[in-house]
Amino acid sequence: MHTKSVAQLMQGLRERQFSSVEVTRAYLHRIAALDSQYNSFITVDEAAALAAAAIADKRLAAGDGAALTGIPIAHKDIFCTDGMRTSCGSRMLDNFIPPYDATVIQRFNAAGAVLLGKTNMDEFAMGSSTESSFYGPTRNPWNTDLVPGGSSGGSAAAVAGRLAPAATGTDTGGSIRQPAAFCGITGLKPTYGRVSRLGMVAFASSLDQAGPMAHSAEDCALLLNTMAGHDPLDSTSSTMATADYCASLGDSLAGLRIGLPREYFSAGLDAATGACIGSALQELEAQGATLVEVSLPHSDLTIPTYYIIAPAEASTNLSRFDGVRYGYRCDNPTDLHDLYTRTRQEGFGDEVKRRILVGTYALSAGYYDAYYKKAQQIRRLIKQDFMDCFEQVDIIAGPTTPGPAFALGAKANDPIAMYLEDVYTLAVNLAGLPGMSIPAGFVDNKPVGLQLIGRHFDETRLLNVAHRFQQATDWHLRTPDSAQGGQQ
Amino acid sequence: MTIKQDDIEKIAELARIRISDKEIGQVTERITEILHMVDRLQAVDTSNVEPMANPLDAIQRLRPDEVTQGNRRDAFQAIAPAVDNGLYLVPRVIE
Repeated sequence: MHTKSVAQLMQGLRERQFSSVEVTRAYLHRIAALDSQYNSFITVDEAAALAAAAIADKRLAAGDGAALTGIPIAHKDIFCTDGMRTSCGSRMLDNFIPPYDATVIQRFNAAGAVLLGKTNMDEFAMGSSTESSFYGPTRNPWNTDLVPGGSSGGSAAAVAGRLAPAATGTDTGGSIRQPAAFCGITGLKPTYGRVSRLGMVAFASSLDQAGPMAHSAEDCALLLNTMAGHDPLDSTSSTMATADYCASLGDSLAGLRIGLPREYFSAGLDAATGACIGSALQELEAQGATLVEVSLPHSDLTIPTYYIIAPAEASTNLSRFDGVRYGYRCDNPTDLHDLYTRTRQEGFGDEVKRRILVGTYALSAGYYDAYYKKAQQIRRLIKQDFMDCFEQVDIIAGPTTPGPAFALGAKANDPIAMYLEDVYTLAVNLAGLPGMSIPAGFVDNKPVGLQLIGRHFDETRLLNVAHRFQQATDWHLRTPDSAQGGQQ
Repeated sequence: MTIKQDDIEKIAELARIRISDKEIGQVTERITEILHMVDRLQAVDTSNVEPMANPLDAIQRLRPDEVTQGNRRDAFQAIAPAVDNGLYLVPRVIE
């Protein structure tokens, strides 16, 4: 059961080869048997999942099935779930039980999907290793001494370890694509505004975007069909019409122009990772695509630009956690000031506090123009680089990360080394573009991700290229040894 | 640009985060490293570049001024640390 794709599970459910209760039970069993190795889930409610599966089976029996009826899906613990704890990986929200569903969750519910559980993540999505979670680090199924990437590391590990057929993630600077690369799965960050942010705990509101994480591009397309669309309750949600993201998966790549930014293939790229990317690009060339060298001249400014804009927005968004209305409150506050400052001292972890402080500094009187405004101006230059490239090419391709997954603890005490992990992914968020990571090989049994970047709202093309690549390769079908066993 | 411990204490007060005496040295060091890293932006000529707040240059959408959400005070207050009679409780502010 656990080796089937979402597409295969949908077919099996429709043809009554098995029931949603059977599928859900199989995954719950695997989580119970295997997740002690990974720590990929924060919350699993078996009874609720099985009840939802039983309802899905009734719908299927009545011929009333919707797009994903009966498919178990894991959700990053950043999406508010009515009646189920939504911690965001933080002590601050350890006791937070939302009184409503995020729009993404509502859409999955309406499509009949079964909520399998909530996955582990870096605290408030700030990190690239899932080590900053209040619930302990998640481990990489390919080698449990390695990090799974982050911040959606729980979702990536759950899919890679075949504890869920698919999951959701969020990506503010690479948090879907980098863990997808490290865990050997497929992840898509849609265009900014394509998927609603309502009920998704906010980190940096001009960068945050939710997307699917699964084994294949086809499965990501199936999930995106449910996730994408306008939400009147999210003021930054796009009114642009959505597509059927499955409709063009098989289109030929003949004549496709792929841009290779020379800045993404420079000295910082690990040689063996670069060789995997080179082979993957040859495969796309063999299918009729043309490779064109392009340039993103402001690439060296993406990390400093991002590390002003994201913390500035985070410091604003996270000011809501004050110990008054919901979430953590310190014991025995002596006065209101003590309540605020001690609640935030005790409720937030080190990296979150660092980013709030950097953001507060960048926005404070006398520094705003030199930092925040300056970063917003350079953000426009970074976006313009991409717009210029897309005059010449249809998509951009390169490595998702400078190298494969690193060891747990290797960068945990060096924030700047951790920030460098996202050197190839941050610019996509700054420019609001859609980006994907797909499995493209292995270095020493560690997965390597190929990143594809598209024009605004051109998710269809990214999924098409990824699907054609996956029709000719089997990197996305490999299963880590640690995921063996766990059958009922 | 040098960041002093006093600056970090001031910023922490603005952000309403208490930092213990034991931690303040290391926090200052880390924040200084990050601010040095982002300082590279100062060298870039951005005259005549319009700041970009939204990657799609979208503007804030307006909606009709109509009530669309019901009152769910009880549900929201059920998850608050301390409430009484529909009010959120905090330590006494005025003696």
